[in-house]
Amino acid sequence: MAKPAKVLVYRHAAVTRVTHWINVLALTLLLMSGLNIFGAHPALYWGQKAVFAHPWISIGAEQQGARTLGVTQIDSLKFNTTGVLGYSGKAGSEEAVAFPHWATVPSERDLADARHWHFFFAWLFVLNGLVYWLVGLGGGHILKDLAPTRRDLAPRNLWHEIVTHAKLKFPKGEEARRYNVLQKGAYLGVVLVALPLMVLTGLCMSPGVDAGAPWLVALFGGRQSARTIHFITAWAIVAFIFVHLFMVVASGTWNNIRSMITGRYAIVPDETLGDVP
Amino acid sequence: MTGALHRRGWLQAGLASAGALVLGACDKITANPKANAVLQSAEGLTRRAQRLLVDRKALAREFTPKDISPDFRPNGSIDPTDPDYLALKAKGFADYRLVVDGLVERPLSLSLADLRAQPARTQITRHDCVEGWSSIGKWTGARLGPLLDRAGLKPAARYIVFHCADTLEQTLDGSGQYYESIDLIDAYHPQTILAYDMNDAPLPVPHGAPVRLRVERQLGYKHAKYVMRLEAVNDLKPLGRGKGGFWEDRGYEWYAGI
Repeated sequence: MAKPAKVLVYRHAAVTRVTHWINVLALTLLLMSGLNIFGAHPALYWGQKAVFAHPWISIGAEQQGARTLGVTQIDSLKFNTTGVLGYSGKAGSEEAVAFPHWATVPSERDLADARHWHFFFAWLFVLNGLVYWLVGLGGGHILKDLAPTRRDLAPRNLWHEIVTHAKLKFPKGEEARRYNVLQKGAYLGVVLVALPLMVLTGLCMSPGVDAGAPWLVALFGGRQSARTIHFITAWAIVAFIFVHLFMVVASGTWNNIRSMITGRYAIVPDETLGDVP
Repeated sequence: MTGALHRRGWLQAGLASAGALVLGACDKITANPKANAVLQSAEGLTRRAQRLLVDRKALAREFTPKDISPDFRPNGSIDPTDPDYLALKAKGFADYRLVVDGLVERPLSLSLADLRAQPARTQITRHDCVEGWSSIGKWTGARLGPLLDRAGLKPAARYIVFHCADTLEQTLDGSGQYYESIDLIDAYHPQTILAYDMNDAPLPVPHGAPVRLRVERQLGYKHAKYVMRLEAVNDLKPLGRGKGGFWEDRGYEWYAGI
């Protein structure tokens, strides 16, 4: 059979593409500077205040005989994380740092400079997000392309999508023109929940904002709770990015990357597909 | 198979060197004063946004006695060894005088008894360290606003500088002496006090005895401990290394509302 003819469809509006790549930059630097900031007090608590003797999560170094171990503690569980968390570095020059130098900006632990990076890219991230939201809501992108339809949410369709995704079979033809329900859920979850949650919990760590909007920090159960949720949500976003990148590769690396640069996405129209299920 | 392994090896090496390149670039930007100044421009945006959006008189949340931290962590200097301070401490701060001078009409020199006779305020507030932790404590102290009115600020005064008794870093030029500064918005905020009591007892040495600043809507390093002298000034540049405080001189934000 001859190779089916492909057509390029216009998939991503310019504002989606530009804000996407600004987010790639901003989120990368926010994560890496955030990990450096975390190193200044690598412990997390719930509520308004710290209970130094009993953190919920802590990352530290412990001496065991002649050896130093990196130890990560979650509630009552302890893990040896030497080399990655708590104690890491090149052989012979290991250091007691929460996250390894290769994961942080600046690479050396430096709270003052890490904060400069964090707040600069926090502003870029917030302004970028506002542009996306305003254009996305005003131009209909969020409602038209991301909001699930009644048909999307039918149990039979949900099950079908889960099964085909698990088999890494992706929609072809006309179906590939639109997002499927799992994509919609993932993107909406990130755009409407996870990313705004990062901004709000981040603002809760500001004593100035807390004085002006005490309801906000109360909503998250206190400044230390907000810091903990900030940390957990950051890793949830990292997990999303890993799945996202995996799906990009699994469903056609170059086609996906091109569509996020030029906006054009190649699909094979139904009439040239022959008998597909 | 070997081909695939080979490719994976190349891919890993490629990713690792790309990562190292990015990290190296970030470290170069951090070390470059001009590039770092661009990063630091966010501070001005943050300060203006907070001043614009947050009511200037908005109070930091106050807590109940049962919220008080049993393990309030002292940070920075916790037991100053400066000879003048040790001499004051040896006498239970009986000879302590808080000096108020600079751009004021009537310079003051107040004993602890004088300070305790000033209009006072008690508040149970959360102390937010720049490192990320928080502790809750109860503070009683003289309100800074009425004290400044008693001294009479001259029209040119724009900032209040807090000169402290402790040397936090040993330096040859004396720039390791702790100091801090706030603007008049925070100086006249109702919760801004010179605290002499903590949790219903005289302020202990690790927390800044005999007097420390509480400026509740900013991070912990703004709350100068071991305060000896208030100076009303027009410009922060002539002090220390010119950034308005010990930690500010070492790269931290002067506006520590976030």
